[in-house]
Amino acid sequence: MLKFTEDHEWLKLEGDVVTVGITDHATEQLGDLVFVELPQVGTKLNKGDGAAVVESVKAASDVFAPLSGEIVEINQTIVDDPSIVNGDPLGAGWFFKLKLTDTKVMESLMDEAAYKTLVG
Amino acid sequence: MSGDALTNSEPLKRTPLHGLHEDLGARMVPFAGYEMPLHFLPGVLKEHLHTRAAVGLFDVSHMGQIALRAHSANVLDAAQALERLMPVDVLGLVPGQQRYAFLTNGSGGIIDDLMVANLGDYLLLIVNAARTLTDAEHLRSHLSETCDIIAMEHRALMALQGPKAEAALMRLAPECVMMRFMDVRRLAIMGAECVVSRSGYTGEDGFEISTPADIAREIAEGLLEDKAVAPIGLGARDTLRLEAGLCLYGSDIDETTTPVEAALTWGIPKVRRRHGSREGGFPGAGVILGQLENGVDRRRVGLRPEGRAPVRAGTPLFAVEGSDEAIGDVTSGGYGPSVEAPVSMGYVPIDHSSSRTQILAEVRGKRLPVTVASLPFITSHYKRG
Repeated sequence: MLKFTEDHEWLKLEGDVVTVGITDHATEQLGDLVFVELPQVGTKLNKGDGAAVVESVKAASDVFAPLSGEIVEINQTIVDDPSIVNGDPLGAGWFFKLKLTDTKVMESLMDEAAYKTLVG
Repeated sequence: MSGDALTNSEPLKRTPLHGLHEDLGARMVPFAGYEMPLHFLPGVLKEHLHTRAAVGLFDVSHMGQIALRAHSANVLDAAQALERLMPVDVLGLVPGQQRYAFLTNGSGGIIDDLMVANLGDYLLLIVNAARTLTDAEHLRSHLSETCDIIAMEHRALMALQGPKAEAALMRLAPECVMMRFMDVRRLAIMGAECVVSRSGYTGEDGFEISTPADIAREIAEGLLEDKAVAPIGLGARDTLRLEAGLCLYGSDIDETTTPVEAALTWGIPKVRRRHGSREGGFPGAGVILGQLENGVDRRRVGLRPEGRAPVRAGTPLFAVEGSDEAIGDVTSGGYGPSVEAPVSMGYVPIDHSSSRTQILAEVRGKRLPVTVASLPFITSHYKRG
C-alpha cells in the first residue's frame, strides 16, 4: 500500500512497518540535496514531530514524522550520498522505517491519484 | 516538508530579460523588488559547476547604474567629489578603469559596496539593487553642488562569467580580448553602445556588460548561441560569490559593519589613510582610520564546518561547548559545490580570527566544530597583467 502526505512524503506499509521517503515533486522543489540528517534507530516520534532534515544548496527543510511510531531502520546511504534521494526518491532514496503505533491511520492518507491531483 | 516559499505583496519589477528567463524555464522569485530567476532547469548545483568549468550568463539588471557627472564636465571633479564619500582612491582611477569601493556613514559603517568606473567624461557606479535609492539620495544630498547624479533607467546589466567568457564575448565584441581585470570600455555590441568591464562577482574571469534595455534580449540570445554559455540564476550567483569570499550587502556587510571589521582594508589605499596625501575627508574617517591603526574588536572571517551540514546565515558561534554566550554569528553560509563541502563567513572576536582557530556553530541545537579559514575558499582566476 503506497500512501502520500500533504508534506510531500510517501509511505509504503509492510506489516506494521512503513518505509518513508520524500516524493519526486519534493525533490524537484528542493533541488539537489547536499545534506541529510536522519533520526536514530529507537527514536519514538509523534505524528508531526521533526524526524529528519534535508538541505539543498538553497535551504534547509524538515521532514516530519507522517504518523506516530518508532524508528526501526534508517537509510545510511543517503546520509553518505544525498544525491541518491534526487536520483531515486521513491526507491533507493528512502529515509527511514517507522514501526507504527496504529496501522489503521494509514487509511486516512492520500493514495497516489489523490496526491497527483494535489501537486497538479 | 517545510517549504522555502517566498511571498511578497509588493508589485515586482521586471528586468529587460524577463521574457527570456520565462522562455528558458527559469524558476522566478522576488529579489530586491524584482522578479528574478533563482535557477534554470539544471538547478543551482549544476549551474554553479558550469560557471566554473565553462561560462555562465547572469542577469544582474536589478543592480543600480548611477552616472556621476561633474557640472564642470571634468571627470576629475566628479572623482574629487566622490572621494568625500568613500575611503577609496577615485582620483587615481584612470579613464578605462574601475575599482571596488564602498560608501561609508558617519560611524564608519558601510552604506553600500559598489564598483566605480571612470569612463573618461563621467563616473559610472554599479550599486546593489536594494540600495540604489538610498545611494542616489546620499550622493544627491552631498554632491549635488558639483555633480549631476543620474540614475540610469532603461539599461540592462549582464554578467558573463567563467574560463570561457572571453571566447564567448569575442564573437560579438572582438576588442574584449585586449581588456585586463578591472578594465572598462565602451564597446559596440550588435550595433548598440555598451559599457563592458572585465570583472564580476564569482571569482572567475569574465565581463559585466551594461546594454540599452531594448537590445538586451538580442545580445543575451547572441551570447547563448555559443553552446558553452548557459543561463545562470541568483542561486548559483550566491554560492559562487560565497566560495570567492565576496561580501553580500545586507548579510556580510551593512551600516553597522566597518570596512576594517569586514576585512575590506585592501580597498583603502595608503593615500587615504593616516599620513597619506589625501588622508581622511570621508564620513566615519575618525573611526575607520583609528581602526586601521589600533585594530578592531571583531573581524569577518571564512569558516569551514567540519561535517557535511551547511552552516547558514544567522547561526550563532561559540568559543567552547559549555559557554552560554555567543561570540559572533554566521553572515553567509551554505554548501560550496566546487569546494564540495559546506563553507561560511561570519564575524568573530579578533582573538578568535586567526586561521585554523577552532570554534563551534550551533545548528538545530547541536554545536558543530568549525575552523576559521582564509578567504577565498577557491582559487580566483582573474585575467591580470
